[in-house]
Amino acid sequence: MTEVARKPRRFPLSTAIPLALLLLFVFLSIAGPWLWGTDAETSNVAVADQGISSAHWMGTDDLGRDVLARTLVATRSSLVLAVLATIVGGCAGVALGLLSAVSRRLGRLIDGAIGLLLAFPALLLAIFFAVLFGIGSVGSVLAVGAAFAPGFARITQTLTASVISKEYVEASRVLGKRPLYLTFRHILPNIGEPVILYSTIHIGTAVLALSGLSFLGLGVQPPSYDWGRLLNEGLTRIYTNPGVGIAPSIAIVLAGLTFNMVGERLSDILGGRTAAPPKLPSKQRGLDPAPARAETTGTTGELVEVRNLRVVYHTVDGVTTPVRDVSFSIAPGEKVGIVGESGSGKSMTASAVARLIDTPGRVEARTLRFLDADLLGHGTEVDRHLGRNMSVVFQDPGEALNPAIKIGTHLVEPSVIHQREPKPAARRKAIKALGSVAISDPARRFRQHQHELSGGMKQRVCIAIGLMGEARLIIADEPTTALDVTVQRQILRLINDIGEMTGAGLLFISHDIAVVSELCDRILVMYAGFVVEEARTADVFTSPAHPYTAMLLAASPDMDTDKSRQLPTIDGRMPGPGVDLPGCYFAARCPRADVTCTESAPPLRTLAEGHRVACWHPLTGAGAAGDDELTGVEAKI
Amino acid sequence: MSAQLAGEPDAGSPAGPAAGAATGRGVGQWAFFVGRKLLRLVVSLLILVTATFIMVHLIPGDPVLAALGDQATPQLIALRRHELGLDLSLPAQYFHYLQGVVTGDFGRSIVTDAPVSQLLATKFPNTLGLAIPAFVLVVLIALPDGLLTAIRTRGGRGRVTRTLFVNITGLLNSIPDYVLATLLSLIFVVAIKAFPAAGNGTAASYVLPVAALVVGPAASLSRIVRVEALKVLDAEYIRAAKARRLPTLLRYWRHVLPNMLTASLTFGGMILAGLIAGTVLVENVFGWPGVGTVIAQAVIQKDYPLIQGILLVLGATVLILNMIVDFVLGVLDPRSRMGAH
Repeated sequence: MTEVARKPRRFPLSTAIPLALLLLFVFLSIAGPWLWGTDAETSNVAVADQGISSAHWMGTDDLGRDVLARTLVATRSSLVLAVLATIVGGCAGVALGLLSAVSRRLGRLIDGAIGLLLAFPALLLAIFFAVLFGIGSVGSVLAVGAAFAPGFARITQTLTASVISKEYVEASRVLGKRPLYLTFRHILPNIGEPVILYSTIHIGTAVLALSGLSFLGLGVQPPSYDWGRLLNEGLTRIYTNPGVGIAPSIAIVLAGLTFNMVGERLSDILGGRTAAPPKLPSKQRGLDPAPARAETTGTTGELVEVRNLRVVYHTVDGVTTPVRDVSFSIAPGEKVGIVGESGSGKSMTASAVARLIDTPGRVEARTLRFLDADLLGHGTEVDRHLGRNMSVVFQDPGEALNPAIKIGTHLVEPSVIHQREPKPAARRKAIKALGSVAISDPARRFRQHQHELSGGMKQRVCIAIGLMGEARLIIADEPTTALDVTVQRQILRLINDIGEMTGAGLLFISHDIAVVSELCDRILVMYAGFVVEEARTADVFTSPAHPYTAMLLAASPDMDTDKSRQLPTIDGRMPGPGVDLPGCYFAARCPRADVTCTESAPPLRTLAEGHRVACWHPLTGAGAAGDDELTGVEAKI
Repeated sequence: MSAQLAGEPDAGSPAGPAAGAATGRGVGQWAFFVGRKLLRLVVSLLILVTATFIMVHLIPGDPVLAALGDQATPQLIALRRHELGLDLSLPAQYFHYLQGVVTGDFGRSIVTDAPVSQLLATKFPNTLGLAIPAFVLVVLIALPDGLLTAIRTRGGRGRVTRTLFVNITGLLNSIPDYVLATLLSLIFVVAIKAFPAAGNGTAASYVLPVAALVVGPAASLSRIVRVEALKVLDAEYIRAAKARRLPTLLRYWRHVLPNMLTASLTFGGMILAGLIAGTVLVENVFGWPGVGTVIAQAVIQKDYPLIQGILLVLGATVLILNMIVDFVLGVLDPRSRMGAH
């Protein structure tokens, strides 16, 4: 529903159909007996047990009464009884639910009873109560009501619990207000809407349940009749006239369907889900061939080589490009960091290198290579290769470990599959790996599940998974963001140590330039899907060339930061992945921007060895336009 | 295994005691889990038995008089009252009743004087004979259907598939089983004459009742499975499994399925319980010789011992099914063993 952005209509079909059906049923319950009452109740043995004909669309029953007329007339009894049963069940259930909130001890008792009753199918409960209350209309209404009460009680309990914990109710309670006052003043008004909604859906269920009882002969008794009773009487006669089975069946299904749809629509409308989804701008130039703005760098023998990487998402809302043009390479054993604010495309870049972009996303690149594997290609061979040589550490270790599987399985699995190692050997290796990421008692942890581990320990496990193969590259996507500050540093050190130990390269993603600089040899700064600057870590700090880099540095506190002054923040917003600009994407936020910047895109140029920048007016290097402007930027920050 | 460990004493020995301790704790946790569930079952069964006992005493009027009618001689009524133990004190009656239930003696039918336990022994297996194949089919249909639809409709893909799935399952789900049974019998028995109308004589006679029971629950379980599968497919640990380059089938089998089953199974237990009740109605359409055809008649004839017996057996089945579901959940999802709720 939210996936489609259609023209908003006053009455969309999803509202119009249930509404029309509801009105039809209301009309039939009111006018049915007046309009067709005589046809339905006049016996005429001369035309008994007739099949479907133009005079009797649904044929006649054993006494020659018109089946269609009887079905239409039965709408009133069927629906009225269903509404009554819902009211009985609703009142009893809400009362029970409220009662359980009043006293704690009583609450526990009621809670247990509701739990037990909910385990039983409603029909079984209804038969039980039908025995108690006796056979007939009154009995079946009470029985179905009683069978519904536990459901209403449970929903009331849940709703009441959330209202009671609200501050104003607490306040009233502290003021010594009586429970009855609380109930009528605060609780009932707050739970009214959802309970009524629940009731609407339940009218449909009540129709089905009451018809079921009548069908068994336990509900409405002759000479009265509802749909279930009609079906009960007709069942033995469907050989002579199928209409006696068809007509009440259609009525029952249609009524159930109608109240379900009305309930669903109501909850949609009340829940505000009909609001039109925010539409991303779909204005987007066609896919131009891989942009040739970046200079080619990199030598053969690189661990990772990325040239003109683009990640494109085609959705119903239009085309978005979270990664527009990224080129870089990682040498064996080198540690490369990518920094940028959220939405800069840094995680998408990592995902593309890890080959984890899922449809509807699409990866395009001139080159995307890891060791000798073409990551743009397909085939299980590439996967086996990656499974052995690449390891990915995710942001939230609690989410990255499967809750239903033992810690050990996570480690053993890839070994067994990719290296064809026998299980016992893989198990020994896994326990060793857990030991080397400083997890105490690794043999015990091996058998535990993720919920038994702390956050830091879970992230250690994720890192240990990478030790199972011969990882040549570790991709770590914000691996410390979800962790406690005290644990963050340990995890960073661990990642560093593992890199040193195995000689693996590292692609480290973070929004925090300080964290990246601690760990990495080289830093890529990303903005709006572009690499805007690339330099050795020391150069980034001593001579940032892109104004955005300078701003990131200024916004990141270090030892020399004057604590009495507020940290500067960067004003403005980054253009989203659906926006298409002809010039520099940072221009709108850049103090140095001029007409050139907004009109044409700056290429990624080499300033010095290993130092590249995409800026028309870099702060340092050959293109620097003068020191006065640089001081201007700093003054503004 | 032991030979390998002997070759590497330094690797084996530190792991040994720790592993033993972990297993010991696991067993204790399991024993506690199983014990708690069994205790809950016993308490629930006791409540069920008490409820059926109280039921007869809450009914206004004399149950024997109501069942036998005005024409019965006072001697017969007194005899039946004595047979039912209604001339004893209430606690004595309760004890008597409880004793009977435990030893499998549910008393005698007021109307036919036949032992209720005998009737249950012949009829109840037929009811299970419908419910169990129906449940197996529901699971076999709903799991693949829900999972495949989830895979096809992930992330806003396959919108046509999604619309079709949601509407068709929604429609099928709102046809009650007894109506579907009637319609099926209209089409396949009356019009086409492809299946027998009643009874459980042949394998063919199972087709229509089972089909009538399966369609609705399969549709609603498919919807649940799809929603659960969508949640799991979007989970980070599935992406992580992908990052470990696990083959697609293994990923679905070992990583998606167990996580998806937790919620699906909870609902599956309710469906199975519902199927037990559903048979009551469907049996009446197809003249199936199960407890369902008996209970409606028994309620109309006010044959209370028979009603009690059937309600006890159906209720106990539901409770035992719930416990089995809890156990299976405990095996699949370690968190549910912790008793968090």
